[in-house]
Amino acid sequence: MSPTATTSAEVNGNVSAATARAAAKAAASAEATGPQTITMAKALNTAMADAMHADSSVLVFGEDVGMLGGVFRITDGLTKTFGESRCFDTPLAESGIVGMAVGMAMNGMRPVIEMQFDAFAYPAFEQIVSHVAKMHNRTKGTVKLPIVIRVPYAGGIGGVEHHCDSSESYYAHTAGLKVFTPATVADGYRMLREAIDSDDPVMFMEPKKLYWSKDLVDLEALRAEHAVNTERGTSSEGRAVVARPGTDATLIAYGPSVPTALAAAAAAAEEGRSLEVIDVRSIVPFDDETVCASVRKTGRAVVIAEAHGFASVSSEIVARVQERCFHYLAAPIRRVTGFDVPYPAPKLEHYYLPGVDRILDAVDDLQWED
Amino acid sequence: MTISADHTAIGQDAPEQPAGNHVSEGAAAEAVRKFGITVEDYMLPARHQIQMVDPDGTLNPHTEQGAQPGHEYALPADAELLDAYEQLVVGRRVNDQNSALVRQGRMAVYPSSHGQEACQVAAALCLADGDWIFPTYRDSVAVMARGVDPVQTMTLFRGDWHSGYDPTKHKVGIQCTPLTTQLLHAVGVAHAAKLRGEDTVVLAMCGDGATSEGDFHEALNFAAVFHLPVVFFVQNNQYAISVPLAHQSVAPSLAHKAVGYGMAGERVDGNDVVALLAVLGRAVKLAREGSGPLLVEAHTYRMQAHTNADDATRYRQDSEVAQWVARDPLKRMQTYLTDRGLLDDDGAARIAEKAEAVATQLREGLGEDVPVDPQDLFRYVFSTPTPQLKEQAAMLADEISRDEAAK
Ligand SMILES: Cc1ncc(C[n+]2csc(CCOP(=O)(O)OP(=O)(O)O)c2C)c(N)n1
Ligand SMILES: [Mg+2]
Repeated sequence: MSPTATTSAEVNGNVSAATARAAAKAAASAEATGPQTITMAKALNTAMADAMHADSSVLVFGEDVGMLGGVFRITDGLTKTFGESRCFDTPLAESGIVGMAVGMAMNGMRPVIEMQFDAFAYPAFEQIVSHVAKMHNRTKGTVKLPIVIRVPYAGGIGGVEHHCDSSESYYAHTAGLKVFTPATVADGYRMLREAIDSDDPVMFMEPKKLYWSKDLVDLEALRAEHAVNTERGTSSEGRAVVARPGTDATLIAYGPSVPTALAAAAAAAEEGRSLEVIDVRSIVPFDDETVCASVRKTGRAVVIAEAHGFASVSSEIVARVQERCFHYLAAPIRRVTGFDVPYPAPKLEHYYLPGVDRILDAVDDLQWED
Repeated sequence: MTISADHTAIGQDAPEQPAGNHVSEGAAAEAVRKFGITVEDYMLPARHQIQMVDPDGTLNPHTEQGAQPGHEYALPADAELLDAYEQLVVGRRVNDQNSALVRQGRMAVYPSSHGQEACQVAAALCLADGDWIFPTYRDSVAVMARGVDPVQTMTLFRGDWHSGYDPTKHKVGIQCTPLTTQLLHAVGVAHAAKLRGEDTVVLAMCGDGATSEGDFHEALNFAAVFHLPVVFFVQNNQYAISVPLAHQSVAPSLAHKAVGYGMAGERVDGNDVVALLAVLGRAVKLAREGSGPLLVEAHTYRMQAHTNADDATRYRQDSEVAQWVARDPLKRMQTYLTDRGLLDDDGAARIAEKAEAVATQLREGLGEDVPVDPQDLFRYVFSTPTPQLKEQAAMLADEISRDEAAK
């Protein structure tokens, strides 16, 4: 589908060859060798820039993503580097953004589009569910839609209403969408590159409270890893990882809940309990193998998610693990999730969000006494 | 530096552009340069519907055809009219054959365009080879007139899969049911083509009722802001299932909606294929030359129920339908071409034969029991099935093989 034969200068008629060379040089100088401390925001930004360098059919658009660089600055500098044909603002219309991306993808482009906030993606729901998710199936695979829909999601930032929804379950419930959510800075880069490479549409759920989380990351090593994966046709797509090994119980978390689960595991270790933490990473496709291997080993599990628990990704994980690991379980699987209430006002959100204490309480409940 | 909405050459080092006042520049400059009229006169539809041949088959005097500045239309060439007439006859036969196939249970449902064939045919014929069209559920005849195999076109309604043809191969979007969502896909296709410097035009179709939907607004606005070569073509057949247009909109006409987006709109007699070819042909030409998007509203009538499942007698009078019989698009064209000596009995017989061949193709293609493969359920959800889909595929295969074994 992607017209890889066209060069960046051809697509982007208003960037001169000299400008393109300058951009390449700037990108190269940003590649300071060795590990650097960077934010997840920077990792995501670098992933888009690298993908745009690699393939002229990669386009970025959305609301305020151009000169401003997005309200979270995730697209910072992309318009400057690649020109207004490749990273641009659209009118305020989310269905329009997604619907236009569908047409662009049908005509050879790889759009990476930004929804400004979780709850403001809802106007695009019809396009996502009826077209983005189904086009490949409806046309027996003749039309591929390599679209990445980036959604800053979840809470913990003191945001007012409509800015903190955990909307991943709506998308995960829709057949035909991949749903990724990074929890670490390195995965921010790795997973966004893989999402852009995917010939299938990806809902890329970015935990907005982790945008400013920092880590020591070797971008060059990540680029090399991506290059090797591309060459071999391998990737980390669809795989969960053990974020912290342990033996007594498994905490299964994703996105914004992973750091909370890790903090809970650290606290439990001080009390002499060894908790394994699984970072799900890819909600769809789901890595039953890694998750179940851990639970079979520990015999106990708690699933942690910010979203309401009822009819959610967390319910799905419990059901799957129970179906596959029943005879290994020493206790019913517990969940620590958001309450089944609309996302609360800033001064109440700490009551709502899964925290270390609530997780440890759930762990204590896993029938240790026998 | 401003973001150039139309993606024209504002280079990296371009001087500051004043904010605002950019939306209608393309259309305004166009109007003033080409037609010597104000931007409003360019965007507003002509004072009446454009009609070239009246319901009796008589060519209207030139002054009545649409002779206002900016709304002048040339009579299409004879060869084009004959071609259109042939397609009209085929289209009518297709509609009636498909309705019959539904009655015989060979097809699940068919939204017929009986009475709207002139719109269907003109929509297909006004485009060049590399152009795209985005049709609705009602536009099967237009899809076939773009060259898609009739039986493949009907796959959606036969019920063995959703789309029977490859949209990218034919440059024909999958016939779309969620109202006006396809208009945005048209905008995206045009946008991608424009970024690559191609001169593709995209025709985006919808009905009168659908103009109330949000995506109608978003698509027109996006196309206008990005200055894209999209022709929006609304078939106003007076009803959205049971609801008449008066309940959808109180705009002076649907074509008048164009001006709010900074694009030109035009109204045309939707049962006059000559006027349709002229108006759509010029819209496509203007769009290709860089005018930005245009909106064309065709006045026509849905002669039959919404689909075979609908009962039109519950919401409209037979007398109303009878009035439209007199405005039939085929009869008018037949009279006009015969009177001009362009169509004789031999020609008519040859065309009828062609139409019959397509009907036969449909009867045979839809009469066949196509085997369905249950594994197709899992094959196309993603490019590569997920582990979960592989599990479910194996489960279904096992279930089926046990059923077979038990027989
Ligand atoms: C978003 C959406 N809402 C409702 C429907 C159900 N529906 C199918 S056709 C139709 C009427 C559309 O009328 P119009 O746009 O005038 O087109 P026509 O059927 O007359 O050609 C309705 C309400 C739909 N397909 N999509
Ligand atoms: Mg209608």
